[in-house]
Amino acid sequence: MVGALGKNFATFASRLRGGHGCDTAAAAAVWAVSKRFMSSSGESITVREALNSAIDEEMSADSKVFVMGEEVGEYQGAYKVTKGLLQKFGPDRVLDTPITEAGFAGLGVGAAMYGLKPIVEFMTFNFAMQAIDHLINSAAKTNYMSGGTINVPIVFRGPNGAAAGVAAQHSQCFAAWYGQVPGLKVLVPYDAEDARGLMKAAIRDPDPVVFLENELLYGESFPVSKGVLDPSFTLPIGKAKIMREGNDLTLVAFSKMVGYALKAADELAKEGISVEVINLRSIRPLDRETINASVRKTSRLLTLEEGWPQHGVGAEICASVVEESFYYLDAPVERICGADVPMPYAANLERLAVPQIDDIIRAARRACFRKEDMRQATA
Amino acid sequence: MAAISSLRVVRPQIDLTSATSSSPYAGSVGEKAFFRIHSRKQLLGAAAADAVEKACPAAANGIARAAVSSSRIAKGAPKSCAKSNKPELLVTRDEGLELYEDMVLGRSFEDMCAQMYYRGKMFGFVHLYNGQEAVSTGFIKLLKKGDYVTSTYRDHVHALSKGVPARQVMAELFGKTTGCCRGQGGSMHMFSAEHGLLGGFAFIGEGIPVAVGAAFSSKYKREVLKEEGDMPVSIAFFGDGTANNGQFFECLNMAQLWKLPVIFVVENNLWAIGMSHFRSTSDPEIWKKGPAFGMASAHVDGMDVLKVREVAREAVERARRGDGPTLIECETYRFRGHSLADPDELREPAEKAHYAARDPIVALKKYLLENEIATEAELKTIEKKIDEVVEDAVEFADASPLPERSQLLENVFADPKGFGIGPDGRYRCEDPGFTAGTAQV
Repeated sequence: MVGALGKNFATFASRLRGGHGCDTAAAAAVWAVSKRFMSSSGESITVREALNSAIDEEMSADSKVFVMGEEVGEYQGAYKVTKGLLQKFGPDRVLDTPITEAGFAGLGVGAAMYGLKPIVEFMTFNFAMQAIDHLINSAAKTNYMSGGTINVPIVFRGPNGAAAGVAAQHSQCFAAWYGQVPGLKVLVPYDAEDARGLMKAAIRDPDPVVFLENELLYGESFPVSKGVLDPSFTLPIGKAKIMREGNDLTLVAFSKMVGYALKAADELAKEGISVEVINLRSIRPLDRETINASVRKTSRLLTLEEGWPQHGVGAEICASVVEESFYYLDAPVERICGADVPMPYAANLERLAVPQIDDIIRAARRACFRKEDMRQATA
Repeated sequence: MAAISSLRVVRPQIDLTSATSSSPYAGSVGEKAFFRIHSRKQLLGAAAADAVEKACPAAANGIARAAVSSSRIAKGAPKSCAKSNKPELLVTRDEGLELYEDMVLGRSFEDMCAQMYYRGKMFGFVHLYNGQEAVSTGFIKLLKKGDYVTSTYRDHVHALSKGVPARQVMAELFGKTTGCCRGQGGSMHMFSAEHGLLGGFAFIGEGIPVAVGAAFSSKYKREVLKEEGDMPVSIAFFGDGTANNGQFFECLNMAQLWKLPVIFVVENNLWAIGMSHFRSTSDPEIWKKGPAFGMASAHVDGMDVLKVREVAREAVERARRGDGPTLIECETYRFRGHSLADPDELREPAEKAHYAARDPIVALKKYLLENEIATEAELKTIEKKIDEVVEDAVEFADASPLPERSQLLENVFADPKGFGIGPDGRYRCEDPGFTAGTAQV
């Protein structure tokens, strides 16, 4: 089994053997089995594995890093992202908390102010609303209020946005809310590479980071290069990635919507519309340079998000592009967003409430001045 | 007060291998010890319990009666949870049958939910109530239609007990437009204005302030608006995990401060998803949090509907009289996992078996039969009737239509002008295309 694995396994295994806590050999075996190695030329990992490995490596490298949240330890994580960490690092570094979001978020901020590096998990970011006072008032604003003398190197992570059939109180997208706050860094990974690189960057970052994952992406597998699996791999915060180059239209998306954007781009390519897909990776700081450079090339902009339209992420991107690249635009900017309603439970209504690939395709055609009735805005 | 400050949590060792494991009062060393309190008197000893009662003078009557009823049971060497040796019956025939029917409805309905989920008719998060029926039935069957109930995501059975028709609940779970919330709420968000069910909340602790608010409005209507009639009472159901949440404590304070007609019912099933109550709570005895706020508290065996009903009756009467809130901790257990997606790997099989032997429906059936309140045939008839009700609910839900596209934008506001003015200068909601199914707002 060991021989069949890629040479990166040796690196992982040695780190695992050197790690704290019990049962490193078993942990190594679990890690090996859980990785899905295909051929030696390309490897594929799920977003869940990417996050797990990133947190694992950072905890091994720096003993000030600890994980805190509901069900992160014995339950192996409500979505299994922290699987194996309790067994490896012990209960002092992987804390199962009571159901007190405000309390443990504040506790994490205090710990960060005093030199530790907490990773606070919210079972979903909806529950973070019970702790939002601490995310904003004590984490985001402290470096400013203290005149730069006290920083808060904390990571708040958890799934964000709609899942499947979980109704209004479990489906809200908070990217726009946190993206508005100066003092927070807001990251939105899409694939496994993003997850690994951004998580490592977030943990090493000296500022509070809100790390918005997506439940439906956890199980999705993405091919990654060997460089991504290296323990020193990080991605810069505040830099978007051009997932697919194109000439006719810039489509800006983040998180799960990047996948939809790519599929829509494939469809549109058949019609002769060449779409450039930008994966934001970071809501704050927002990579305006990349977006504007792309729009200046294509001269059309579409933004795509799952959240509500008013004051959403798309609104900011459109404003930024209109401000900086107005004379390059050949078509009105358009935002594709979730419906302006709380998420309905009924399956057919839920499908109507989030953007679908058809919506993207129709909007793209509109932007390219194809004949498309405005009333056909949604499927 | 010394008695209270010196109280420490005791972990009784339970003999799980003994034949009378259905009795909550067996007491020798078992393989796995876990924590159960049976009655305050048993735990604290009579003297300490009396001291606690003296410490809460405002609630003395309430606690005394609750403790007495529990301890009466403790002293009466029972063979089972039911008090088969007592000469005095706790329920009339009609009441007994009503309780039985309600619990069987709750159980059958939840079992059907599990089936439907695995067949794909239900989706998302579904949290089942199997095993806890005594709490819902014991409390809600004492309420009137005008009283209020709030619950958590584990709310199907609270809805059914409160009178929401099984058809409507099942249709809601299927996401059909005939559901009690038109398919827009789902499993975790059952609301019924007609039956006084104020939710159905996904966040634990969220229902507690809402119940307190309903109680506030009851009191306000009586005292400010001078409305006549019985003061409506409200009950907040929540779990052991919620008892660590800030909202719970804030509401205990306000409810007692303003003497609101609310009852806080803790369904302590010892687990919050995979987090054991003892791992997350510094003092696991939740009922003790009431006296800290000057509130009447009781602890009751939540697997016995008759005991629950006795304590509940006292609490409801207190609230209606205007004597204020009560905190009641019910020791209960959920037979299934946290939700249908929970692998339920962390709970010990011995613990599950112990509580399975204390099935509240079985216990009530035994009581009814042994005291000749009902015959086997009558109970069987009830069970058959419930089977038909649940089957009918499924058929109704299956046959019901999905919501129309236009329903997507409805019910955001009570006054839909909140969607603003459209580009043509008129209110968007007045545009005939608004509900034709376009979400281009």
